[in-house]
Amino acid sequence: MSAYTKPIPVITPEMRPFYDAAKRHELVVQHCSGCGAHRFPARGICSHCLSPESSWVKVSGEGEVFSFNVMHQIYHPGFATEVPYAVVVVKLAEGAKITSNLVGVKPHDITIGMPVRVMFEDIIEHVTLPKFRSVE
Amino acid sequence: MRLKSATAIAGLGITKQGKVYEHNQVGFAIEAIKLALDDAGLTRADLDGVLLNPGLSWTDGGMGAFGLQQAMGLHNLRLAHTMNAGGATAGAMIHQAVEAIATGMATTVACVFSDAPLKPPAPKAEGKSSGSAAAYAFGRGLEAAYGQFGVNAMYALVAQRHMHLYGTTNDHLGAIAVAERQWANKNPQAQFYDTPMTLDDYRRSRWIVEPFRLFDCCLVSNGGVAVIVTSAERARDLKRPPVYIWGMGQGHPGGDPSETLTSGAPLAKEQAFTMAGITLGDIDVVELYDCYTFTVLVCLEDYGFCKKGEGGPFAADGKLAPGGALPVNTGGGQLSSFYMWGMTPVSEGVIQIRGDGGARQVPDAKVALVSGNGGILSTHSTLVLANEP
Repeated sequence: MSAYTKPIPVITPEMRPFYDAAKRHELVVQHCSGCGAHRFPARGICSHCLSPESSWVKVSGEGEVFSFNVMHQIYHPGFATEVPYAVVVVKLAEGAKITSNLVGVKPHDITIGMPVRVMFEDIIEHVTLPKFRSVE
Repeated sequence: MRLKSATAIAGLGITKQGKVYEHNQVGFAIEAIKLALDDAGLTRADLDGVLLNPGLSWTDGGMGAFGLQQAMGLHNLRLAHTMNAGGATAGAMIHQAVEAIATGMATTVACVFSDAPLKPPAPKAEGKSSGSAAAYAFGRGLEAAYGQFGVNAMYALVAQRHMHLYGTTNDHLGAIAVAERQWANKNPQAQFYDTPMTLDDYRRSRWIVEPFRLFDCCLVSNGGVAVIVTSAERARDLKRPPVYIWGMGQGHPGGDPSETLTSGAPLAKEQAFTMAGITLGDIDVVELYDCYTFTVLVCLEDYGFCKKGEGGPFAADGKLAPGGALPVNTGGGQLSSFYMWGMTPVSEGVIQIRGDGGARQVPDAKVALVSGNGGILSTHSTLVLANEP
């Protein structure tokens, strides 16, 4: 496998549970102990009920495309051979939204509302990225 | 305290705009304030307030307004702030100036935006514009890992939802770009002065990030714009006709704009229109913050010129263009004139109310709606400007 050339996310302490779970090929989001809302990315205090108490919970990995865009400019050399590529926002069945990519679907075949399911891409030894596939 | 017409804009300064390299960002700010003072018939000794909205290129160790104060030799300030409410900042600066003047905390306040993100062309040109580099700085770790970079991409997600839910099309957005270009063609200060563009030109322009083409996105400009705010009483004794501030409001809804597809305009409008005592029918010219064609469309809906979701068809029939029923962004806006954040719509509002618009002057323009929005529809300001108290 050739060297990974795309940006590698920095694993911050508050996001570590997400990356640890992804390495196990599990998708987790924060679950507010105060109001029960699921949220992503990590946030110390719930914006709905202001509770500071939360846990990370495994979610189904099912969701739908909430929105997407198609990137045509090269902002980072790691994507130079991929333009145009799509970035999707997936609304998970549990309600939280996550930015990601859709694997195996051409950008112009993506539609809002398309049902999707999580899959995992081990990009380097210590980082795995959740991505999504169409389940249509 | 009655705020309607308690204050007025007495001076306007616009430097050269676009690919101009005479100054750095501090220099453009000083030149803009000097031009605004000259316009009003005032000197810097008259200033007791300065409010600064720094652009992307201000890297002065965080000194902001105080760095500007030093550089310009302003020695009698009772009000000095660096402000940032995104694209709503120009409106917010003027609000703060009005409040300070109305309460007696200051008498004469300069509000200024300047920026110099463009560098002169290098002998060996390579790479993209500085706009791309600046946008890249916004890339957050996880989103960047998926290839999501910059503000264009985030607004595009909201626009895509609008298209999905309401049937908004690229031709709808293109109509806004074309209308603004028609206005810019009549504005000698515009970067696209005398440079026509058709809907076909729009359709042929390259994609930046779908659903946005090149001509859906604002310009990147070097330059500065300043206004001088003072009491209405004092403004009447100065060189130029006062542009009375009838109403002002801010609206910062927070939340997720891709869920609501609504800006802070409804919130900001309520306060501004109540203060001004007007309804939509009283407005002669509309100057909207157009970081994208799409934000114009959303704000036309949010101010109530049409219903939510109907902005596309509303904009598509030419009514925003010169000669149309609703003149919008009459200087060419940030899409075709120059990108000085909220100071672009403010400056054009002042020009139209003074009757200084030349070839682009809207006949009998007495009341202008000026708005600013930022943070992906999460910050908003509204001003109502008029030619009589």
